[in-house]
Amino acid sequence: MSTTAQDQTVSHEHHGAPSGLKRWLFTTNHKDIGSLYLLFSLLMFLTGGAMAMVIRAELFQPGMQLVDPHFFNQMTTVHGLVMVFGAVMPAFTGLANWMIPMMIGAPDMALPRMNNWSFWILPFAFAILLASLFMEGGGPAFGWTFYAPLSTTYSNDNTALFVFAVHIMGVSSIMGAINVIVTIVNMRAPGMTWMKLPLFVWTWLITAFLLIAVMPVLAGAVTMVLTDKYFGTSFFDAAGGGDPVMFQHIFWFFGHPEVYIMILPAFGIISTIVPTFSRKKLFGYASMVYATSSIALLSFVVWAHHMFTTGMPLAGELFFMYATMLISVPTGVKVFNWVATMWRGSISFEIPMMFAIAFIVLFTLGGFSGLMLAITPADFQYHDTYFVVAHFHYVLVTGAVFSIMAAAYYWLPKWTGNMFNETLAQWHFWLSLVSVNVLFFPMHFVGLAGMPRRIPDYALQFADFNAIISVGGFAFGLSQLLFVAVVFKCVAGGKPAEDKVWDGAEGLEWQVASPAPYHTFSTPPKVD
Amino acid sequence: MHKALIQKLVLTVLGMFAFAFALVPLYDVFCDITGLNGKVDLVVAEQSTSVDDSRQVEVSFTTHAKSSAPFQVKAQQYSVSVQPGKLSEVRFVAHNLSDTARVMQAIPSVSPGQAAKYLHKLACFCFDQQPLDANQSMEFVLRFYVDTELPKDVQELTLSYTLYDITESETAYSGEQTQSQFVSQYYLIQTNPVRGPQNG
Ligand code: HEM
Ligand SMILES: [Cu+2]
Repeated sequence: MSTTAQDQTVSHEHHGAPSGLKRWLFTTNHKDIGSLYLLFSLLMFLTGGAMAMVIRAELFQPGMQLVDPHFFNQMTTVHGLVMVFGAVMPAFTGLANWMIPMMIGAPDMALPRMNNWSFWILPFAFAILLASLFMEGGGPAFGWTFYAPLSTTYSNDNTALFVFAVHIMGVSSIMGAINVIVTIVNMRAPGMTWMKLPLFVWTWLITAFLLIAVMPVLAGAVTMVLTDKYFGTSFFDAAGGGDPVMFQHIFWFFGHPEVYIMILPAFGIISTIVPTFSRKKLFGYASMVYATSSIALLSFVVWAHHMFTTGMPLAGELFFMYATMLISVPTGVKVFNWVATMWRGSISFEIPMMFAIAFIVLFTLGGFSGLMLAITPADFQYHDTYFVVAHFHYVLVTGAVFSIMAAAYYWLPKWTGNMFNETLAQWHFWLSLVSVNVLFFPMHFVGLAGMPRRIPDYALQFADFNAIISVGGFAFGLSQLLFVAVVFKCVAGGKPAEDKVWDGAEGLEWQVASPAPYHTFSTPPKVD
Repeated sequence: MHKALIQKLVLTVLGMFAFAFALVPLYDVFCDITGLNGKVDLVVAEQSTSVDDSRQVEVSFTTHAKSSAPFQVKAQQYSVSVQPGKLSEVRFVAHNLSDTARVMQAIPSVSPGQAAKYLHKLACFCFDQQPLDANQSMEFVLRFYVDTELPKDVQELTLSYTLYDITESETAYSGEQTQSQFVSQYYLIQTNPVRGPQNG
């Protein structure tokens, strides 16, 4: 046990956690709320994963076997929504809740009551969304991108439920983002200057600004869909003077920054883990901060790379092509910095580091396919094929999701006070690594050969590859159960963890005991 | 100490929500200037003063009825070859395929999009809402010319009409209308959207 002053909680009425359900319902403690977010995200990851299994089962063979096309469309739609808004984003918010106060030496988040709200409205949002699947007519089936007129003219009456669910998710992330910004700006311990902030904190700060800028635009887009469908407006209806292409502009003005919302915190995690296990300082700290900021700024001017085939004039196509390619410069800076950090370090390969290295390699691969898609004339061929599916699963699964797993393995001992089962974790890593590539790599090939995405059937020549992809999918899905096992075993017990779990680790979170006490840094630490 | 910052952040959120809606008129203005989305002005154009007889432009016509709209409109020629600046006439026959009186609105669109602002119409059935009796056929004349300023790399363009059934929303505007009345109404609709056709 560390005996520093911050750990001694003066005994007054709220020194421990109240017990029972009420503890979780009414909690304003950042660690409790962080745990709730993380568990919720795990639950959604499994739910969305189950839908992916339905998709892969149907696509295992050509022809229609298991589900009808309408249900297939609901699966692709809700899989996307659940994974984006239910799994990846809440996982990052959970990590932010747990780690940001501890990393900057603050006693809690700045707005603890709002924090409770921003978590507890989420389960309702997803209950509404998932319930619509069981209603007459079914759930949303227009893709996670809900393009008009699919979501207006051609959708069913349950669309209102989708709209409200998205509204609630938006409100939740906006509240979370406000909390993060206020915490970071106002509650840093004395001496924690901007250029000393851990990179995870920096990347989250920038992410929070992105959230504040674009989640309201998403709310606006779903509101317009709602009024077009139910209240007689024609924002997206040409007969009334509207324009369906405008929907895509509004959606992707949100959508592209959204993909960076899902990757910037991952950059922060990798920038934390790589130095620890390389036993070196992060190479190019300042350039990391500037690269993150420029990625965030550039992300506002590239949205139409999702719309190359909508018939933009040449000047537009060129502008969005070059702007998109420009983003890979700061992204490349980051990758080179990670590699330079490892260069000549005394590297050890603990599980978090394995995930981090897999992230660096596979995320970069996803960035390369992104660059291929950014080439306008090439995108006319690739657009809406499985090549796009391969691209965004490399950046999101082996990118965002792998980083979340790296983070979970990295901080689990700090959260629970127990080491996780190393052997099981090794199995989880290697099985995931192999199966995820069996799952997503062949998608590049069928995509280049012209297999369209979001279709429940395909031409015979794609049969072999699709069978392989499905096998990879089932293997990847099952492997994640190992992760669940590791987490629950670690919560239940295990070899006690030291305060400084990893010997190369740096940062305030390693100065507090393991498991982290309910209250930390009630008096701010001195940072020098 | 958090209050000032929270206020700013909440204002930003509200501002961005408003911005999403501001994108709607902004988009229209932007497209008007650039001709980005192939939307054609529904205004009566002046006759051209000059003719460019150094080139010919191929103009083709397509129409398609929006899902349940019971109309068929056919151009008598599939395409015409015109000199920029020179006025042309094309006849269209519209047919109401249903057994009830319906009101049709045709929305024109030009492809490639950047050519939209170079196609000028002096008369078009799309300027007005067209009431058609049950099973009635009606002939319309489109009078148009292509601007002499049309970029040289555009050698052919397509004028496409999407046909909407606006019988339900039309009741609000019954009675005779002049063209200018309709034009102002169109802009009213644009800035103050009303419901279009209700399709299953
Ligand atoms: C070097 C960086 C990147 C480039 C150049 C890039 C480029 C592109 C392009 C051009 C498309 C559109 C493809 C099409 O629909 O035809 C696309 C789609 C997509 N990208 Fe990226 N991308 C990059 C990084 C990322 C990252 C980091 C993420 C998320 C973490 C991401 C997530 C997505 C998603 C989700 C889609 C598909 C959206 C959909 O249609 O459902 N991309 N990307
Ligand atoms: Cu994008």
